Amino acid sequence: MHLGLAVVRFTTLLGIRMISVQGLTKNYGATHAVRDLSFSVDRGEVIGFLGPNGAGKSTTMKILSGYLPADEGEVRIAGFDILSQSLKARSRIGYLPENVPLYPEMRVSEYLRYRASLKGVRSRRITEKVEDALELCSVSHVRKQLIGTLSKGYRQRVGLADALVNEPDILILDEPTIGLDPGQIREVRELIKGLAKRHTILLSSHILSEVEMTCSRVLIINKGQIVATGTPAELRERSGIPLSGSVRMEIQTANQEAAEAVLTILQSLESIDFATIAEASPSATSGWTRYEIVPASSASLTGDPRPALFDEAVRRGWKLRELSAHESSLEEIFTTFVSRIPAAIEKKSATQELFKS
Amino acid sequence: MRIFWILTKREIASAFQTPMAWVILFFLLLVSGFNFYAGVSVLNHGPTEVTVVESFFNTVFFWFSFLLLFPLLTMRLYSEEYRSGTIEPLMTAPVRDTQVVLAKFLGVLFLYAFLWMPTGLYFLIFWWQTHLTSAGATGAFVGSYLLLLLMGMFYLSLGCLCSSFTRHQITAAVMTFAVIALFFLTGLLSFLAGNVDTMMQGITITFSPIDQMTQFSRGIFDSRPVVWYLVMTGLCLFLTLQSFQARRWRS
Repeated sequence: MHLGLAVVRFTTLLGIRMISVQGLTKNYGATHAVRDLSFSVDRGEVIGFLGPNGAGKSTTMKILSGYLPADEGEVRIAGFDILSQSLKARSRIGYLPENVPLYPEMRVSEYLRYRASLKGVRSRRITEKVEDALELCSVSHVRKQLIGTLSKGYRQRVGLADALVNEPDILILDEPTIGLDPGQIREVRELIKGLAKRHTILLSSHILSEVEMTCSRVLIINKGQIVATGTPAELRERSGIPLSGSVRMEIQTANQEAAEAVLTILQSLESIDFATIAEASPSATSGWTRYEIVPASSASLTGDPRPALFDEAVRRGWKLRELSAHESSLEEIFTTFVSRIPAAIEKKSATQELFKS
Repeated sequence: MRIFWILTKREIASAFQTPMAWVILFFLLLVSGFNFYAGVSVLNHGPTEVTVVESFFNTVFFWFSFLLLFPLLTMRLYSEEYRSGTIEPLMTAPVRDTQVVLAKFLGVLFLYAFLWMPTGLYFLIFWWQTHLTSAGATGAFVGSYLLLLLMGMFYLSLGCLCSSFTRHQITAAVMTFAVIALFFLTGLLSFLAGNVDTMMQGITITFSPIDQMTQFSRGIFDSRPVVWYLVMTGLCLFLTLQSFQARRWRS
């Protein structure tokens, strides 16, 4: 036991990956859920698994946690094969399934005690570990409540407490914030950030801002394949979308005509490619107009059009209320990556058609 | 082994945490109480050839409640976990498939035994009130309850198997009832055969709980049913394990 533990520690030092996935393939009948997926996760990383619904996120996570067997490929958890050394691999994982299935007839602390003992926590340490998990997920005050009577947010936290009650090396969280209200989402995010110090985390989401906020690395998956991987910043760079996506400018204008006049001036500027009155603009009658400005491509590479815009405003005596650059969100980047792949495949098959004929 | 006991404990606890076990207990005791009353009141009409134990275990009331018990007890075992998804956290914990299958079986067997236990009180009360033993010999008690346990093992394992097939509890219940009824009614063929074809009778008596119970409740021990029920229980549990594993491998 202790020797085994020492070996694990040693091998991690040698650079054995916490999660290593090679050529993972899974079909449901004729549907390809996951196709030839390969990636690895190092100790201490927080990986975001991003993709539209039905992209194969949940399937991959079920395979990683040892619930589903893969059709092809190899999964190693902390160096243990998920099929042939399943028990050892599973005892290193805390898994939070989608929709958090729990036994409704059990009480919160009772459930966690049961789960802790099932996961091999020694009897005399169970109370301590359960208390820690209750505290960490802030569910101590509902410990006596029946799980069936808990709200969605509390169920989610109880599920999380279950996942980390035996302090596993790896946490696999499938959509940890789905169905929660904004306040609860913030709490769960904070919790996950806190957990990142002690655990390697793989979490899935289709909410991009969430992944951007919590993860050190992002895997974008679509139709069972990885389409992009990297830090949010790297992805932003590689997507080809200019860093400063657009600039927003709010100027005081007397009336509709004045607003139009300003627009014409803006459009004539050299550093600007394109300008419009923003749809969500406060109406010109209120005295303010908001402009959405896309910088000229040359300007976006060299820098920022904002100084030029400021100079123009000063020169013309415009009263400015806002001048801000909007970084292209992961959302836009995601859309580019996800839409790019089918296009590439179609192109390929079109060329194949061409060669055939 | 520790994991196995933890799982078994939860199975038993979950049955008593929901009203189900109590509802079944209530109605079973209601029917069997009436059954016992009927058996005793026969004695008021003069001497009979059957003892109270014999009449208790050989009436329509007994067999009816006995057969209905199995679909009700076993339908939720796997189906509920499939449906609510709790099977996922269960099977991603470091537990073996065999441990889960055996724990579920032992849990429900315990529940089954618990349900019949109060009926033993009837005979104690009878003895206390009348100072007469309700059976011909002690062996009749041992035999009846032994056979009750053995039949229970087989039919419960059949129920486990049916529940492991589907995520719908009702489907599992209907399947269980149909299969058990099939075995039970095959046993009735021995009555049709009568004494004419002894080979046929030899075969059907293996299936016939009624014939077996008639013998065992008189205190006559026959090893054939014992072997039959033990072997069949083993087979059903083996098939349950296969079905349980295949469900994940297929999906």
